[in-house]
Amino acid sequence: MEIIMSVVIGLLFMAAVYLMLSKSLIRIIIGTGLLSHGAHLLLLTMGGLGGNAPPVVADGVAVSDYADPLPQALILTAIVISFAVTSFFLVVAYRAYQELGTDNMELMKGTEDHE
Amino acid sequence: MLLVMLIFLPLIAALFIPLLYKKIGQIHTGWFVLPVPAALFIYYSTLLPSIAEGGSRVSELQWIPSLDIAFIAYIDGLSLLFSLLITGIGSLVVLYSIFYLDKHREQLHNFYVYLLMFMTAMLGVVQSDHLISLYLFWELTSISSFLLIGYWYTRDRSRFGALKSMMITVFGGLMMLGGFVLLAIMGGTYSIRELIGQVPEISNHDFFIWALVLILLGAFTKSAQFPFYIWLPDAMEAPTPVSAYLHSATMVKAGLYLVARFTPIFAVSSTWVWLVTGIGLFTMFWASFWALKQRDLKGILAFSTVSQLGLIMSLLGASAVAFHVEDAVGTYFVYAGFAAVFHLINHAVFKGSLFMIAGIVDHETGTRDIRKLGGLMSLMPISFTIAMIGSFSMAGLPPFGGFLSKEMFLTGMLTLTEFNLFQFDTWGILFPVIACIGSVFTFIYSFYFVFHTFAGKHKPELLPKKAHEAPIGMLLSPAFLAILVIVIFIIPNVVGDWLVKPAVAAIQPFLYSSPQEVPVDVAYWHGPNTEFFMTLGIFAVGFLMFWTLRKWQKSYDLYPESLTLNRLYDNMMILSDTGANRFSRLYMTGFMRSYLVYMFSFVIIIVLGTFVLNEAFAVDMNNLAPVGLYEIVIMLAMFGSILTILFSKSRLTAIIALGAVGYTVALFFVIFRAPDLALTQLVIETISVALFLLAFYHLPQISRKEERMRFRLGNAVIALGVGVTMTLVALAAHSGKALPSISEFYKETVYTEAGGGNIVNVILVDYRGFDTLFEIAVLGIAGIGIITLIKLRLSKKEGQHENK
Repeated sequence: MEIIMSVVIGLLFMAAVYLMLSKSLIRIIIGTGLLSHGAHLLLLTMGGLGGNAPPVVADGVAVSDYADPLPQALILTAIVISFAVTSFFLVVAYRAYQELGTDNMELMKGTEDHE
Repeated sequence: MLLVMLIFLPLIAALFIPLLYKKIGQIHTGWFVLPVPAALFIYYSTLLPSIAEGGSRVSELQWIPSLDIAFIAYIDGLSLLFSLLITGIGSLVVLYSIFYLDKHREQLHNFYVYLLMFMTAMLGVVQSDHLISLYLFWELTSISSFLLIGYWYTRDRSRFGALKSMMITVFGGLMMLGGFVLLAIMGGTYSIRELIGQVPEISNHDFFIWALVLILLGAFTKSAQFPFYIWLPDAMEAPTPVSAYLHSATMVKAGLYLVARFTPIFAVSSTWVWLVTGIGLFTMFWASFWALKQRDLKGILAFSTVSQLGLIMSLLGASAVAFHVEDAVGTYFVYAGFAAVFHLINHAVFKGSLFMIAGIVDHETGTRDIRKLGGLMSLMPISFTIAMIGSFSMAGLPPFGGFLSKEMFLTGMLTLTEFNLFQFDTWGILFPVIACIGSVFTFIYSFYFVFHTFAGKHKPELLPKKAHEAPIGMLLSPAFLAILVIVIFIIPNVVGDWLVKPAVAAIQPFLYSSPQEVPVDVAYWHGPNTEFFMTLGIFAVGFLMFWTLRKWQKSYDLYPESLTLNRLYDNMMILSDTGANRFSRLYMTGFMRSYLVYMFSFVIIIVLGTFVLNEAFAVDMNNLAPVGLYEIVIMLAMFGSILTILFSKSRLTAIIALGAVGYTVALFFVIFRAPDLALTQLVIETISVALFLLAFYHLPQISRKEERMRFRLGNAVIALGVGVTMTLVALAAHSGKALPSISEFYKETVYTEAGGGNIVNVILVDYRGFDTLFEIAVLGIAGIGIITLIKLRLSKKEGQHENK
């Protein structure tokens, strides 16, 4: 399973990077969304996908074979942060389009006297 | 301690100057500054008797003990002479500036803070025994010089001159630092005194010649030697008190000090002798030749300063020759060192007075253009007298101090023809010849300066102001210096015993162990020897050429402007400016994709490179979780969604497909036994899609018309590279564990220590509570950013631009 997941992660990153390199602003933002999905799955896979029980100690009775809790904690933080970043990007894109009238990155370069 | 503290005294005083300027505006701030150099001068004078007997003073203040860096103030004859010049001329310059700078119109606090800063820097240069602190003070003189040249910062010429001097002197300073470091590597110490003790070992080291050349670069740039002298004429944009102080009497002599200080170390080298003597003498000739082209009073003085510095430099080079002569003490070879120091004193005195007179003429007539001046003799008799004394001393006429040192200079140069090492027997004859030619031009420009200003026809219609004599306060300082010129002529041997000989003993420790052993007496009359006839010849030719100056002065204009060193400097500056600009624009396109391409490419290169170097490719086929049917189905759904995003032309489809990817990720979390993640992911994904749909309303349709095939192909290659890299990382991370996971600790202690059951939650709020705190902070920042972007709009009104 881990090997297949590694390939999935690779595909997610590939799609994300491809989208981020395009000229359209909204595709770039979608790309960042995919990138965070890839990163989350990468974290999960790094810890190993084994374990038969969710990492919850019920009533003080420990089960020997938990899923790894550490990547899960990291991912939980990352999900929230990626949400914050995505929403910020969206607002930046919205304002940029409002002010500049384009979502084409190449046209947003700025001019010689505008540095 | 005390001596080090005295170095910093002006800097400490500078702290109070802005306050005094603001609070007590009706009294000229200069009056508060004046006591500082005056008190220091008096203190250093009290050291004279013991130093003149060959003593020295040392005091130390630790700075960075762990790196063995300290402020060591070491005062011997040479340091004391310079310290007296700095504080003595400094006092006179401050006094002069009180009358020169108007207290209502000028930014006096700036001026005096810079000036005091310079005083500390300069005292530090001449007293530091530690190479690193010497370098520090050296650069501080460059910086304060930069600030003082640019004092009238609204003028373009001031800023240009300030930058030029900074560029050239700091370049030299950095070279010098390199030389210092090489010296420290060779000698194992940063102390100059200890280095002098190790000359035999150092001089055979491979780095010796490099250290020599690098340190000379520092000295030549600072002392405005050929071809670095071009900054000094442009530095004349500074207020005249500054020119008199920094750019003739003290700072430009720092290079001479450096050469003098290092003569005991480098005198063994023939390269040193040739470079110092040759460059010095050529500079003397070259600058005196071009001085006559100048029309600006201060321009003439600037070139004359360069020329005189070259003269002293060549004498210092000749003083190193004595190292190679057996029993030099009994011969004429001893004269060069003495003449160097003696002329240094004379030059500081007469050139200081001349600069002040140039300032007075500028102040009282409104112009420094010598073509508009003339006939001021009757209007400004006192200024004329002072100018005449200074100029005649510069020209080497009796009965003024310059005559004596000029004679000794000729002796020093003549003696070089008797030197028979380092090919001096073939080329040595050039030295007195060039010295003679240079002296002729010196004679002419001295007369040019004084007589074209004060004699001839008065042209009041060309002057912006009605000319009149300066107020008495302004004349005090130059008059005092002029009197000193005559006093030095009257009692040359007193000056010699108290000031010159202790300094000479410090420059030539290989000849003398105490100042009393310096076997030089200054005499007015040596009999009809070669020097005497050379002097007569110089006077005669000089006078003839001055008489006919107007006829041949125009021929200077024949020299093409495009071949001057100034033009070379300008072109170099323009080239480096535009070149750097072009180079940056080459990769700084302003197009975000370019930057992302750089980043992703570097990620690929660095990560894959690390893989290759560490042979980290690993695929562990054991410990794999089983592959189930659900996983395969979810995965296929995810692939489908990704492909939809990539190839959809509709925003709506892309956004929904992104949501689908998010939900499949949530399903993965369910399968891999991460219920908290699955819940969070579902909630967040829902909100995200809602947000996207909200923004979608305002954003344009996805248009990919501008994206050509090549563009997309390049993107695909980079994307593929990143994807493969991440797959390899995931595989390797799973296959090899460098350290045991901390998860085991959490699993064991979560119930007993933290009292919770849900391990993930306990990690977030307890074990790694700070992570969560910062996560909240990030959310807060994003929230504030979003509000600011939506609520606050940049006003279109442009602020007033300063240059408009």
